Amino acid sequence: MTADASTLKHTPLFERHREAGARLVDFSGWAMPLHYGSQMEEHHQVRRHAGVFDVSHMTVVDVTGADAYAYLRRLLANDIARLEPGGALYSCMLDERGGVIDDLIAYDLGGGAFRLVTNAATREKDLDWMATQADGRAVALVVRDDLAMLAVQGPQARALTLPLLPHSLRGPARELAPFRAAQGQVAGGEWFVARTGYTGEDGFEVLLPAERAPEFWDALLEAGVAPAGLGARDTLRLEAGMALYGQDMDQSTTPLETGLGWTVAWKPAERDFIGRAALEAQRAAGVKVKQAGLIMEGRGVLRPGMAVHTPAGEGVVTSGGFSPTLGRAIALARVPMDTGERAEVVVRDRREPVRVVRPPFVRHGKPLV
Amino acid sequence: MSEIPKDLLYTETHEWVAIEDGIATCGITDFAQDQLGDIVYVELPEAGSAVGAGEVCGVIESVKAASDLYAPVSGEVVEVNQDLTDAPELINKDPYGDGWLFRVKMSDPSETDALLDAARYEQFVVEES
Repeated sequence: MTADASTLKHTPLFERHREAGARLVDFSGWAMPLHYGSQMEEHHQVRRHAGVFDVSHMTVVDVTGADAYAYLRRLLANDIARLEPGGALYSCMLDERGGVIDDLIAYDLGGGAFRLVTNAATREKDLDWMATQADGRAVALVVRDDLAMLAVQGPQARALTLPLLPHSLRGPARELAPFRAAQGQVAGGEWFVARTGYTGEDGFEVLLPAERAPEFWDALLEAGVAPAGLGARDTLRLEAGMALYGQDMDQSTTPLETGLGWTVAWKPAERDFIGRAALEAQRAAGVKVKQAGLIMEGRGVLRPGMAVHTPAGEGVVTSGGFSPTLGRAIALARVPMDTGERAEVVVRDRREPVRVVRPPFVRHGKPLV
Repeated sequence: MSEIPKDLLYTETHEWVAIEDGIATCGITDFAQDQLGDIVYVELPEAGSAVGAGEVCGVIESVKAASDLYAPVSGEVVEVNQDLTDAPELINKDPYGDGWLFRVKMSDPSETDALLDAARYEQFVVEES
Protein backbone atom coordinates (compact mmCIF):
# COMPACT_ATOMS: atom_id res chain seq x y z
CA MET A 1 0.00 0.00 0.00
CA THR A 2 2.90 2.33 0.65
CA ALA A 3 3.58 4.08 -2.61
CA ASP A 4 6.89 4.03 -4.38
CA ALA A 5 6.89 7.79 -4.65
CA SER A 6 9.67 7.87 -7.25
CA THR A 7 7.51 6.66 -10.15
CA LEU A 8 4.45 8.74 -9.27
CA LYS A 9 3.45 12.27 -10.12
CA HIS A 10 3.94 14.84 -7.38
CA THR A 11 1.81 17.83 -6.49
CA PRO A 12 3.60 21.07 -5.52
CA LEU A 13 3.05 20.04 -1.88
CA PHE A 14 4.67 16.62 -2.09
CA GLU A 15 7.65 17.60 0.08
CA ARG A 16 5.30 19.11 2.68
CA HIS A 17 3.38 15.84 2.88
CA ARG A 18 6.55 13.84 3.28
CA GLU A 19 7.91 16.15 5.97
CA ALA A 20 4.58 15.88 7.83
CA GLY A 21 4.94 12.10 7.93
CA ALA A 22 2.04 11.41 5.59
CA ARG A 23 1.21 7.86 4.56
CA LEU A 24 1.58 8.36 0.80
CA VAL A 25 -0.42 6.18 -1.56
CA ASP A 26 -0.75 5.79 -5.31
CA PHE A 27 -3.93 7.62 -6.28
CA SER A 28 -4.40 7.35 -10.05
CA GLY A 29 -0.69 7.75 -10.62
CA TRP A 30 -0.22 10.53 -8.06
CA ALA A 31 1.63 10.19 -4.74
CA MET A 32 -1.05 11.51 -2.39
CA PRO A 33 -1.41 11.61 1.40
CA LEU A 34 -3.89 9.04 2.74
CA HIS A 35 -3.48 10.46 6.23
CA TYR A 36 -0.90 12.16 8.44
CA GLY A 37 -1.27 9.79 11.39
CA SER A 38 -4.97 9.35 12.08
CA GLN A 39 -7.67 9.55 9.44
CA MET A 40 -10.27 9.62 12.21
CA GLU A 41 -8.77 12.67 13.93
CA GLU A 42 -8.46 14.49 10.61
CA HIS A 43 -12.12 13.79 9.95
CA HIS A 44 -13.13 15.24 13.33
CA GLN A 45 -10.85 18.26 12.82
CA VAL A 46 -12.74 19.15 9.65
CA ARG A 47 -16.18 18.65 11.26
CA ARG A 48 -15.27 20.62 14.39
CA HIS A 49 -12.62 23.14 13.36
CA ALA A 50 -10.79 23.29 10.04
CA GLY A 51 -8.69 21.05 7.81
CA VAL A 52 -6.83 21.49 4.53
CA PHE A 53 -6.64 18.99 1.69
CA ASP A 54 -4.16 19.08 -1.15
CA VAL A 55 -6.33 18.43 -4.21
CA SER A 56 -3.84 19.68 -6.76
CA HIS A 57 -4.09 16.35 -8.58
CA MET A 58 -7.56 17.31 -9.83
CA THR A 59 -7.84 18.50 -13.41
CA VAL A 60 -8.54 22.18 -14.02
CA VAL A 61 -9.57 23.14 -17.55
CA ASP A 62 -10.32 26.69 -18.69
CA VAL A 63 -12.80 26.93 -21.56
CA THR A 64 -12.67 30.10 -23.64
CA GLY A 65 -13.51 31.24 -27.16
CA ALA A 66 -16.58 32.54 -28.98
CA ASP A 67 -18.33 29.16 -28.78
CA ALA A 68 -17.45 28.34 -25.15
CA TYR A 69 -20.96 29.02 -23.87
CA ALA A 70 -22.74 26.99 -26.56
CA TYR A 71 -20.16 24.22 -26.25
CA LEU A 72 -20.69 23.79 -22.50
CA ARG A 73 -24.46 23.86 -22.87
CA ARG A 74 -24.08 20.82 -25.11
CA LEU A 75 -21.29 19.15 -23.11
CA LEU A 76 -22.88 19.27 -19.65
CA ALA A 77 -26.15 17.79 -18.37
CA ASN A 78 -26.63 20.75 -16.06
CA ASP A 79 -27.10 24.12 -17.74
CA ILE A 80 -24.47 26.84 -17.41
CA ALA A 81 -27.14 29.31 -18.54
CA ARG A 82 -28.16 29.18 -14.88
CA LEU A 83 -24.85 30.80 -13.97
CA GLU A 84 -23.89 34.41 -13.65
CA PRO A 85 -20.25 35.48 -13.58
CA GLY A 86 -18.76 34.25 -10.31
CA GLY A 87 -21.24 31.38 -10.03
CA ALA A 88 -20.53 27.64 -9.72
CA LEU A 89 -22.56 24.67 -10.90
CA TYR A 90 -22.21 20.94 -10.20
CA SER A 91 -22.81 18.82 -13.29
CA CYS A 92 -22.31 15.48 -14.92
CA MET A 93 -20.68 15.11 -18.33
CA LEU A 94 -22.50 12.32 -20.16
CA ASP A 95 -21.93 10.15 -23.20
CA GLU A 96 -24.64 9.64 -25.83
CA ARG A 97 -26.11 6.73 -23.83
CA GLY A 98 -26.47 8.90 -20.75
CA GLY A 99 -23.54 7.21 -19.00
CA VAL A 100 -21.55 9.44 -16.69
CA ILE A 101 -18.10 10.22 -18.13
CA ASP A 102 -17.30 12.34 -15.08
CA ASP A 103 -18.79 14.75 -12.58
CA LEU A 104 -17.36 18.24 -12.24
CA ILE A 105 -17.84 21.78 -11.04
CA ALA A 106 -18.19 24.49 -13.69
CA TYR A 107 -17.32 28.07 -12.74
CA ASP A 108 -18.39 31.10 -14.75
CA LEU A 109 -15.28 33.29 -14.89
CA GLY A 110 -17.11 36.12 -16.67
CA GLY A 111 -16.44 37.48 -20.12
CA GLY A 112 -17.59 34.24 -21.72
CA ALA A 113 -14.87 32.16 -20.04
CA PHE A 114 -15.49 29.12 -17.85
CA ARG A 115 -13.44 26.84 -15.62
CA LEU A 116 -14.10 23.12 -15.14
CA VAL A 117 -12.67 21.14 -12.23
CA THR A 118 -12.82 17.42 -12.90
CA ASN A 119 -11.45 14.26 -11.29
CA ALA A 120 -7.82 13.16 -11.41
CA ALA A 121 -8.60 9.50 -12.13
CA THR A 122 -10.51 10.38 -15.32
CA ARG A 123 -8.11 12.99 -16.64
CA GLU A 124 -7.16 11.51 -20.02
CA LYS A 125 -10.67 10.28 -20.76
CA ASP A 126 -12.18 13.67 -19.90
CA LEU A 127 -9.67 15.68 -21.91
CA ASP A 128 -10.09 13.40 -24.94
CA TRP A 129 -13.86 13.69 -24.76
CA MET A 130 -13.79 17.46 -24.32
CA ALA A 131 -11.39 17.88 -27.23
CA THR A 132 -13.49 15.64 -29.47
CA GLN A 133 -16.65 17.58 -28.69
CA ALA A 134 -14.85 20.88 -29.25
CA ASP A 135 -13.84 19.84 -32.76
CA GLY A 136 -14.96 22.41 -35.31
CA ARG A 137 -16.00 24.95 -32.68
CA ALA A 138 -14.32 28.19 -31.68
CA VAL A 139 -13.33 26.78 -28.29
CA ALA A 140 -9.97 26.78 -26.55
CA LEU A 141 -9.31 24.24 -23.80
CA VAL A 142 -6.40 25.11 -21.54
CA VAL A 143 -5.34 22.66 -18.83
CA ARG A 144 -4.14 24.65 -15.83
CA ASP A 145 -1.36 22.45 -14.51
CA ASP A 146 0.34 25.69 -13.43
CA LEU A 147 -2.18 25.99 -10.57
CA ALA A 148 -2.27 24.16 -7.26
CA MET A 149 -5.57 23.54 -5.49
CA LEU A 150 -6.21 23.44 -1.76
CA ALA A 151 -9.55 22.73 -0.12
CA VAL A 152 -9.87 24.37 3.30
CA GLN A 153 -12.95 22.97 4.99
CA GLY A 154 -14.67 23.16 8.36
CA PRO A 155 -16.66 25.59 10.50
CA GLN A 156 -13.56 27.78 11.07
CA ALA A 157 -12.13 27.35 7.57
CA ARG A 158 -13.22 30.64 6.05
CA ALA A 159 -12.27 32.75 9.06
CA LEU A 160 -8.80 31.19 9.22
CA THR A 161 -8.19 31.38 5.47
CA LEU A 162 -9.31 34.96 4.77
CA PRO A 163 -6.35 36.76 6.40
CA LEU A 164 -3.93 34.56 4.42
CA LEU A 165 -5.30 35.46 0.99
CA PRO A 166 -3.74 38.21 -1.13
CA HIS A 167 -5.02 41.59 0.10
CA SER A 168 -7.08 42.38 -2.97
CA LEU A 169 -8.99 39.06 -2.68
CA ARG A 170 -9.89 39.22 1.00
CA GLY A 171 -12.89 41.51 0.59
CA PRO A 172 -14.43 39.64 -2.34
CA ALA A 173 -13.74 36.26 -0.69
CA ARG A 174 -15.35 37.40 2.58
CA GLU A 175 -18.55 38.32 0.72
CA LEU A 176 -18.85 35.05 -1.22
CA ALA A 177 -22.16 33.22 -0.91
CA PRO A 178 -22.09 29.40 -1.12
CA PHE A 179 -21.21 28.16 -4.61
CA ARG A 180 -19.76 31.52 -5.61
CA ALA A 181 -16.18 32.26 -6.58
CA ALA A 182 -13.85 35.26 -6.83
CA GLN A 183 -10.61 35.62 -8.72
CA GLY A 184 -7.82 38.09 -9.01
CA GLN A 185 -4.49 38.73 -10.67
CA VAL A 186 -2.04 39.53 -7.94
CA ALA A 187 1.70 39.80 -7.76
CA GLY A 188 2.97 36.32 -8.45
CA GLY A 189 0.05 35.21 -10.57
CA GLU A 190 -3.58 34.22 -10.58
CA TRP A 191 -5.60 33.33 -7.48
CA PHE A 192 -9.12 31.92 -7.45
CA VAL A 193 -11.25 31.36 -4.35
CA ALA A 194 -14.53 29.44 -4.39
CA ARG A 195 -16.92 28.73 -1.54
CA THR A 196 -17.25 25.10 -2.56
CA GLY A 197 -16.07 21.77 -1.22
CA TYR A 198 -16.60 18.05 -0.86
CA THR A 199 -17.08 17.58 2.87
CA GLY A 200 -20.52 18.93 3.82
CA GLU A 201 -18.84 21.74 5.76
CA ASP A 202 -18.39 25.39 4.93
CA GLY A 203 -15.07 26.40 3.43
CA PHE A 204 -13.06 27.48 0.44
CA GLU A 205 -11.37 25.82 -2.48
CA VAL A 206 -8.36 27.91 -3.43
CA LEU A 207 -6.50 27.75 -6.72
CA LEU A 208 -3.18 29.52 -6.77
CA PRO A 209 0.14 29.49 -8.62
CA ALA A 210 1.84 26.15 -7.94
CA GLU A 211 5.03 27.82 -6.71
CA ARG A 212 3.08 29.76 -4.07
CA ALA A 213 1.33 26.67 -2.71
CA PRO A 214 3.95 25.57 -0.12
CA GLU A 215 4.02 28.94 1.68
CA PHE A 216 0.21 29.16 1.65
CA TRP A 217 0.04 25.61 3.05
CA ASP A 218 2.53 26.55 5.78
CA ALA A 219 0.51 29.66 6.67
CA LEU A 220 -2.70 27.63 6.97
CA LEU A 221 -1.03 25.12 9.30
CA GLU A 222 0.47 27.97 11.30
CA ALA A 223 -3.05 29.37 11.69
CA GLY A 224 -4.23 26.07 13.19
CA VAL A 225 -5.72 24.39 10.14
CA ALA A 226 -5.00 20.65 10.29
CA PRO A 227 -3.61 18.81 7.26
CA ALA A 228 -6.11 16.17 6.16
CA GLY A 229 -5.63 13.30 3.74
CA LEU A 230 -7.67 11.51 1.13
CA GLY A 231 -8.91 9.03 3.73
CA ALA A 232 -10.72 11.71 5.71
CA ARG A 233 -11.87 13.33 2.48
CA ASP A 234 -13.63 10.06 1.58
CA THR A 235 -15.41 9.59 4.93
CA LEU A 236 -16.41 13.27 5.01
CA ARG A 237 -17.95 13.19 1.55
CA LEU A 238 -19.65 9.88 2.34
CA GLU A 239 -21.27 11.37 5.44
CA ALA A 240 -22.29 14.36 3.31
CA GLY A 241 -23.94 11.95 0.85
CA MET A 242 -21.77 13.14 -2.03
CA ALA A 243 -21.15 10.73 -4.86
CA LEU A 244 -17.64 9.58 -5.78
CA TYR A 245 -16.95 9.01 -9.45
CA GLY A 246 -15.90 5.45 -10.26
CA GLN A 247 -17.71 4.09 -7.21
CA ASP A 248 -21.19 5.59 -6.98
CA MET A 249 -21.51 6.31 -10.69
CA ASP A 250 -19.56 5.66 -13.86
CA GLN A 251 -20.12 5.30 -17.57
CA SER A 252 -22.35 2.23 -17.09
CA THR A 253 -24.87 4.23 -15.03
CA THR A 254 -26.88 7.37 -15.66
CA PRO A 255 -27.48 10.30 -13.28
CA LEU A 256 -31.08 9.13 -12.88
CA GLU A 257 -29.92 5.81 -11.42
CA THR A 258 -27.33 7.28 -9.08
CA GLY A 259 -29.06 10.01 -7.10
CA LEU A 260 -27.92 12.74 -9.49
CA GLY A 261 -31.19 13.42 -11.29
CA TRP A 262 -31.29 16.83 -9.60
CA THR A 263 -28.21 17.87 -11.58
CA VAL A 264 -29.88 17.32 -14.95
CA ALA A 265 -31.39 20.53 -16.36
CA TRP A 266 -34.39 19.38 -18.42
CA LYS A 267 -35.50 22.90 -19.20
CA PRO A 268 -35.33 24.48 -21.67
CA ALA A 269 -36.57 21.47 -23.62
CA GLU A 270 -34.75 22.56 -26.77
CA ARG A 271 -31.28 22.42 -25.15
CA ASP A 272 -29.79 19.33 -26.76
CA PHE A 273 -27.11 18.27 -24.27
CA ILE A 274 -25.18 15.07 -24.91
CA GLY A 275 -27.10 12.15 -23.39
CA ARG A 276 -30.43 13.96 -23.27
CA ALA A 277 -32.25 11.58 -25.64
CA ALA A 278 -31.05 8.56 -23.68
CA LEU A 279 -32.10 10.07 -20.35
CA GLU A 280 -35.52 11.00 -21.69
CA ALA A 281 -36.01 7.47 -22.98
CA GLN A 282 -34.94 6.05 -19.62
CA ARG A 283 -37.27 8.38 -17.77
CA ALA A 284 -40.19 7.47 -20.05
CA ALA A 285 -39.54 3.74 -19.62
CA GLY A 286 -39.24 4.16 -15.85
CA VAL A 287 -36.00 4.20 -13.89
CA LYS A 288 -35.52 0.82 -12.16
CA VAL A 289 -32.92 1.68 -9.53
CA LYS A 290 -32.04 4.55 -7.27
CA GLN A 291 -29.36 5.63 -4.84
CA ALA A 292 -30.12 5.21 -1.16
CA GLY A 293 -28.28 5.73 2.09
CA LEU A 294 -27.80 2.78 4.45
CA ILE A 295 -27.11 2.85 8.16
CA MET A 296 -25.90 -0.29 9.86
CA GLU A 297 -27.84 -1.11 13.00
CA GLY A 298 -25.31 -3.45 14.56
CA ARG A 299 -21.55 -3.53 14.63
CA GLY A 300 -19.34 -3.99 11.62
CA VAL A 301 -18.44 -1.98 8.54
CA LEU A 302 -20.19 -1.67 5.18
CA ARG A 303 -17.83 -1.83 2.18
CA PRO A 304 -18.21 -1.20 -1.56
CA GLY A 305 -19.41 -4.24 -3.49
CA MET A 306 -21.41 -5.82 -0.66
CA ALA A 307 -24.77 -7.25 -1.74
CA VAL A 308 -27.98 -5.60 -0.51
CA HIS A 309 -31.17 -7.64 -0.08
CA THR A 310 -34.52 -5.84 -0.09
CA PRO A 311 -38.09 -7.14 -0.48
CA ALA A 312 -38.08 -5.34 -3.86
CA GLY A 313 -34.96 -7.14 -5.11
CA GLU A 314 -31.18 -7.02 -4.97
CA GLY A 315 -28.88 -4.03 -4.75
CA VAL A 316 -25.22 -3.25 -4.14
CA VAL A 317 -23.19 -1.03 -1.83
CA THR A 318 -21.31 1.51 -3.99
CA SER A 319 -19.54 3.41 -1.18
CA GLY A 320 -19.35 2.34 2.42
CA GLY A 321 -17.36 2.81 5.54
CA PHE A 322 -17.33 3.77 9.17
CA SER A 323 -18.83 7.17 9.90
CA PRO A 324 -16.69 8.87 12.56
CA THR A 325 -19.46 11.38 13.30
CA LEU A 326 -22.22 8.79 13.75
CA GLY A 327 -20.00 6.10 15.24
CA ARG A 328 -21.46 3.42 12.99
CA ALA A 329 -21.16 2.15 9.45
CA ILE A 330 -22.94 3.98 6.63
CA ALA A 331 -23.12 3.44 2.90
CA LEU A 332 -24.41 4.67 -0.39
CA ALA A 333 -26.08 1.88 -2.34
CA ARG A 334 -27.81 1.31 -5.66
CA VAL A 335 -31.10 -0.41 -4.85
CA PRO A 336 -34.43 -1.20 -6.54
CA MET A 337 -36.67 1.86 -6.94
CA ASP A 338 -39.31 0.38 -4.62
CA THR A 339 -36.95 -0.26 -1.73
CA GLY A 340 -38.59 0.53 1.60
CA GLU A 341 -37.13 1.53 4.93
CA ARG A 342 -35.40 -1.74 5.75
CA ALA A 343 -32.84 -3.89 3.99
CA GLU A 344 -30.09 -6.39 4.72
CA VAL A 345 -26.46 -6.28 3.66
CA VAL A 346 -24.29 -9.36 3.37
CA VAL A 347 -21.25 -8.73 5.56
CA ARG A 348 -18.86 -11.69 5.46
CA ASP A 349 -21.59 -14.29 4.83
CA ARG A 350 -23.90 -12.81 7.44
CA ARG A 351 -27.03 -10.83 6.67
CA GLU A 352 -26.92 -7.65 8.74
CA PRO A 353 -29.99 -5.39 9.06
CA VAL A 354 -29.65 -1.81 7.78
CA ARG A 355 -31.94 1.19 7.81
CA VAL A 356 -32.55 2.82 4.42
CA VAL A 357 -32.38 6.61 4.52
CA ARG A 358 -32.09 9.58 2.24
CA PRO A 359 -28.56 11.02 2.25
CA PRO A 360 -26.91 13.21 3.49
CA PHE A 361 -26.10 11.60 6.83
CA VAL A 362 -24.27 14.63 8.26
CA ARG A 363 -24.25 18.29 7.29
CA HIS A 364 -22.45 21.18 9.03
CA GLY A 365 -21.29 18.92 11.84
CA LYS A 366 -24.79 17.69 12.72
CA PRO A 367 -26.18 14.17 12.24
CA LEU A 368 -29.28 14.27 10.04
CA VAL A 369 -30.34 10.64 10.37
CA MET B 1 10.26 1.77 12.41
CA SER B 2 7.54 0.17 14.48
CA GLU B 3 8.01 -1.06 18.01
CA ILE B 4 8.83 -4.78 18.47
CA PRO B 5 9.25 -5.73 22.15
CA LYS B 6 12.04 -8.25 22.73
CA ASP B 7 10.13 -10.39 25.25
CA LEU B 8 7.23 -11.37 22.96
CA LEU B 9 6.74 -13.99 20.26
CA TYR B 10 5.27 -13.24 16.85
CA THR B 11 3.50 -14.70 13.80
CA GLU B 12 3.96 -13.90 10.13
CA THR B 13 0.36 -12.66 10.18
CA HIS B 14 1.45 -9.92 12.61
CA GLU B 15 0.02 -11.20 15.89
CA TRP B 16 2.04 -11.12 19.10
CA VAL B 17 1.94 -13.60 21.99
CA ALA B 18 3.02 -13.36 25.63
CA ILE B 19 3.04 -16.72 27.40
CA GLU B 20 2.81 -17.14 31.17
CA ASP B 21 1.87 -20.36 32.97
CA GLY B 22 0.44 -21.91 29.81
CA ILE B 23 -1.79 -18.90 29.10
CA ALA B 24 -1.06 -17.03 25.88
CA THR B 25 -2.10 -13.38 25.73
CA CYS B 26 -2.54 -12.38 22.07
CA GLY B 27 -2.72 -9.10 20.18
CA ILE B 28 -1.66 -7.52 16.91
CA THR B 29 1.68 -5.80 16.46
CA ASP B 30 2.47 -2.12 16.23
CA PHE B 31 3.36 -2.67 12.57
CA ALA B 32 -0.05 -4.25 11.94
CA GLN B 33 -2.05 -1.48 13.60
CA ASP B 34 -0.03 1.13 11.72
CA GLN B 35 -0.71 -0.59 8.40
CA LEU B 36 -4.42 -0.91 9.15
CA GLY B 37 -4.96 2.68 10.23
CA ASP B 38 -7.70 3.69 12.67
CA ILE B 39 -9.42 0.55 13.94
CA VAL B 40 -13.18 0.93 14.28
CA TYR B 41 -14.48 -2.55 15.10
CA VAL B 42 -13.21 -5.92 16.25
CA GLU B 43 -14.85 -9.30 16.20
CA LEU B 44 -13.09 -11.63 18.63
CA PRO B 45 -13.54 -15.31 19.51
CA GLU B 46 -15.89 -15.95 22.42
CA ALA B 47 -14.62 -16.98 25.81
CA GLY B 48 -14.92 -20.75 26.09
CA SER B 49 -14.51 -21.36 22.37
CA ALA B 50 -11.66 -23.35 20.86
CA VAL B 51 -9.16 -21.79 18.46
CA GLY B 52 -6.54 -23.47 16.30
CA ALA B 53 -3.07 -22.14 15.53
CA GLY B 54 -3.03 -20.38 12.16
CA GLU B 55 -6.80 -20.43 11.83
CA VAL B 56 -9.03 -17.41 11.41
CA CYS B 57 -10.61 -16.56 14.76
CA GLY B 58 -11.89 -13.03 14.25
CA VAL B 59 -11.87 -9.86 12.20
CA ILE B 60 -10.35 -6.43 12.67
CA GLU B 61 -11.99 -3.62 10.74
CA SER B 62 -10.19 -0.35 10.18
CA VAL B 63 -11.25 2.74 8.27
CA LYS B 64 -9.36 1.18 5.38
CA ALA B 65 -10.29 -2.50 5.26
CA ALA B 66 -11.38 -5.66 7.05
CA SER B 67 -8.55 -8.00 8.04
CA ASP B 68 -8.75 -11.55 9.30
CA LEU B 69 -7.35 -12.26 12.72
CA TYR B 70 -5.43 -15.52 13.12
CA ALA B 71 -4.98 -17.45 16.35
CA PRO B 72 -1.24 -17.70 17.06
CA VAL B 73 -1.68 -20.87 19.19
CA SER B 74 -4.29 -23.59 19.78
CA GLY B 75 -6.44 -23.95 22.85
CA GLU B 76 -9.43 -22.62 24.72
CA VAL B 77 -10.16 -18.90 24.85
CA VAL B 78 -10.30 -18.04 28.55
CA GLU B 79 -10.62 -14.26 28.40
CA VAL B 80 -11.48 -11.58 25.84
CA ASN B 81 -10.64 -7.88 26.09
CA GLN B 82 -14.13 -6.42 26.62
CA ASP B 83 -12.85 -2.84 26.55
CA LEU B 84 -12.34 -3.13 22.80
CA THR B 85 -16.09 -3.31 22.17
CA ASP B 86 -16.48 0.38 22.94
CA ALA B 87 -12.89 1.48 22.41
CA PRO B 88 -11.31 -0.42 19.51
CA GLU B 89 -8.87 2.50 19.14
CA LEU B 90 -6.99 1.04 22.14
CA ILE B 91 -5.38 -1.30 19.62
CA ASN B 92 -3.92 1.71 17.77
CA LYS B 93 -2.90 3.53 20.93
CA ASP B 94 -1.39 0.65 22.89
CA PRO B 95 -1.13 -2.51 20.78
CA TYR B 96 1.05 -4.38 23.32
CA GLY B 97 -0.81 -3.15 26.41
CA ASP B 98 -4.44 -2.07 26.75
CA GLY B 99 -5.05 -3.14 23.14
CA TRP B 100 -4.52 -6.88 23.83
CA LEU B 101 -7.19 -9.06 22.20
CA PHE B 102 -7.72 -12.39 23.98
CA ARG B 103 -6.11 -15.06 26.17
CA VAL B 104 -5.79 -18.72 25.25
CA LYS B 105 -5.15 -21.70 27.54
CA MET B 106 -2.66 -23.50 25.33
CA SER B 107 -3.40 -27.12 24.42
CA ASP B 108 0.04 -27.75 22.89
CA PRO B 109 2.96 -25.87 24.49
CA SER B 110 5.30 -27.04 21.69
CA GLU B 111 3.51 -24.68 19.28
CA THR B 112 5.70 -21.86 20.57
CA ASP B 113 8.53 -23.41 18.52
CA ALA B 114 6.75 -22.27 15.35
CA LEU B 115 6.53 -18.64 16.49
CA LEU B 116 9.09 -15.97 15.63
CA ASP B 117 11.24 -14.19 18.17
CA ALA B 118 11.57 -10.40 18.00
CA ALA B 119 14.70 -10.44 15.81
CA ARG B 120 13.18 -12.78 13.23
CA TYR B 121 9.90 -10.88 13.21
CA GLU B 122 11.73 -7.61 12.67
CA GLN B 123 13.56 -9.16 9.74
CA PHE B 124 10.24 -10.42 8.37
CA VAL B 125 8.68 -6.94 8.63
CA VAL B 126 11.64 -5.33 6.89
CA GLU B 127 11.41 -7.83 4.03
CA GLU B 128 7.66 -7.36 3.70
CA SER B 129 7.55 -3.59 3.78
